[in-house]
Amino acid sequence: MNVILDFIAALGRAALNLVRTAGALALFGLAGLSHLVRPPFYWRIFLGSLVEIGFFSLPVVALTALFSGGVIALQSYTGFAQYHVQSAIAGIVVLSVTRELGPVLAGLMVAGRVGAAMAAEIGTMRVTDQVDALTTLSTNPVKYLVTPRLLAGTLALPFLVLVADILGVLGGFTVSVVKLDFSAPAYIAATLATVKPIDITVGLAKAAVFGFLIALMGCYHGYHSRGGAEGVGAATTSAVVGASILLLAFDYLLTDVFFSQ
Amino acid sequence: MTDATPKIRIRGLTKSFGPKRVLDGIDLDVMPGTSCVVIGGSGSGKSVLLRCILGLIAPDSGSIEIDGVDILTLPPRRREGAIEKIGMLFQNGALFDSLSVWENVAFGLMAAGRRHGARMARAEARAHAGQVLEQVGLDPSVGALYPSELSGGMQKRVGLARAIASQPDILFFDEPTTGLDPIMGAVIDGLIVDCVRRLGSTAIAITHDMASAQRIGDRAAMLYQGKLIWQGAASALLDSGNPMVDQFTHGRREGPISMELRR
Repeated sequence: MNVILDFIAALGRAALNLVRTAGALALFGLAGLSHLVRPPFYWRIFLGSLVEIGFFSLPVVALTALFSGGVIALQSYTGFAQYHVQSAIAGIVVLSVTRELGPVLAGLMVAGRVGAAMAAEIGTMRVTDQVDALTTLSTNPVKYLVTPRLLAGTLALPFLVLVADILGVLGGFTVSVVKLDFSAPAYIAATLATVKPIDITVGLAKAAVFGFLIALMGCYHGYHSRGGAEGVGAATTSAVVGASILLLAFDYLLTDVFFSQ
Repeated sequence: MTDATPKIRIRGLTKSFGPKRVLDGIDLDVMPGTSCVVIGGSGSGKSVLLRCILGLIAPDSGSIEIDGVDILTLPPRRREGAIEKIGMLFQNGALFDSLSVWENVAFGLMAAGRRHGARMARAEARAHAGQVLEQVGLDPSVGALYPSELSGGMQKRVGLARAIASQPDILFFDEPTTGLDPIMGAVIDGLIVDCVRRLGSTAIAITHDMASAQRIGDRAAMLYQGKLIWQGAASALLDSGNPMVDQFTHGRREGPISMELRR
């Protein structure tokens, strides 16, 4: 009986912690956003973060998209050849990449690369008193550390996803034409006939949401890290895991909102 | 305002973390232009006291007056203005890794949220940072380096330069000599005394280092189990007449404090 009660109590504690964390995260995000309309705005930090996220993530996002597009083409061909509908491959590639794989894979890559870096940087600043030092130097730490990163994440990820869309389609095109003997003009025509502006715009909108969530999780866990190097390590892990789960959950929600009949 | 009004007046300050009462009814007056050293064991609440005054930690009850105004009852923006009068040297320096030394020193002067005094342009702030670095015994060329390129003693000096750059009315020093060799510790203490005298600031320092406490402080107080158990002249620290203070300042294993630890 005690074992059952302990189990239920543990479940209850976990549920309460989840609700508490969700509330704290929402308040933290709102605090960060509220400084967008309350000057000053730290442009130097914003531009640095924009370059860090948007430019230095380009190689990893580009390679991921390129290979993913190629893999979709290969896998689709294997299945579709049985039913003689290989002509659908171009459409499958472009829709998969623009609607889902571009935003999700770019988001997961950036979460691993940038979310972790943000959590580690701000976490180190927290445990070495640099965050407190900001306060003593007439600088609001949330305004200085969080707000520019939230905006940079929100703006940079759509750009990365646009690049991922192009390279993902290029990967599928290359595999289809070079390896599977598709006609290049026919593949391009099929791609253009299938994709609609909403497929791309919804993908970019998803990317903006994902970019915000990644920056939010990185900043939140870094800002609240405690206990030296171990605490910073834990904050980094939490930021990446939390951002990845939130990203996939919001992907489902946004897909349901935009594409379900 | 007369000289009889304390620059900092603390009454009935309490702060608990969970069941642990870290500050338990602190009363402390620091007169203008004087330095007060707070001593006490690790975890006795010294840093929490400073952080409460700085607004980094919200106390549970009590009052903290600066120039006769209770900063705990002020609206947030006015409280930030009051706290801007305080310069702080953190225990480990807390220099910003990503900024050069001169940017660290001039950070408060260039801060967009600055309320007292005009915000300095970068060129002007850089020149001013060079002058402040000279005041703490560093060559202005050090300004181009990054904190990771400096020794521990140099980092403390840069932290001190950052604390005094905006010429604050009040200076706080958190363990200013921790981690330094005795000679460098004496150098830092000397710089602290020089800076406080030159600026005419009021200072609170917390330390474990008795030599440092006597060099820096005019007055001293000992914090033990959340209470100030003794206050007096810093010169009387080694001969206070209080058994706990005497045990602490002489580093004796036996005495009332070690009895508490054994329990």
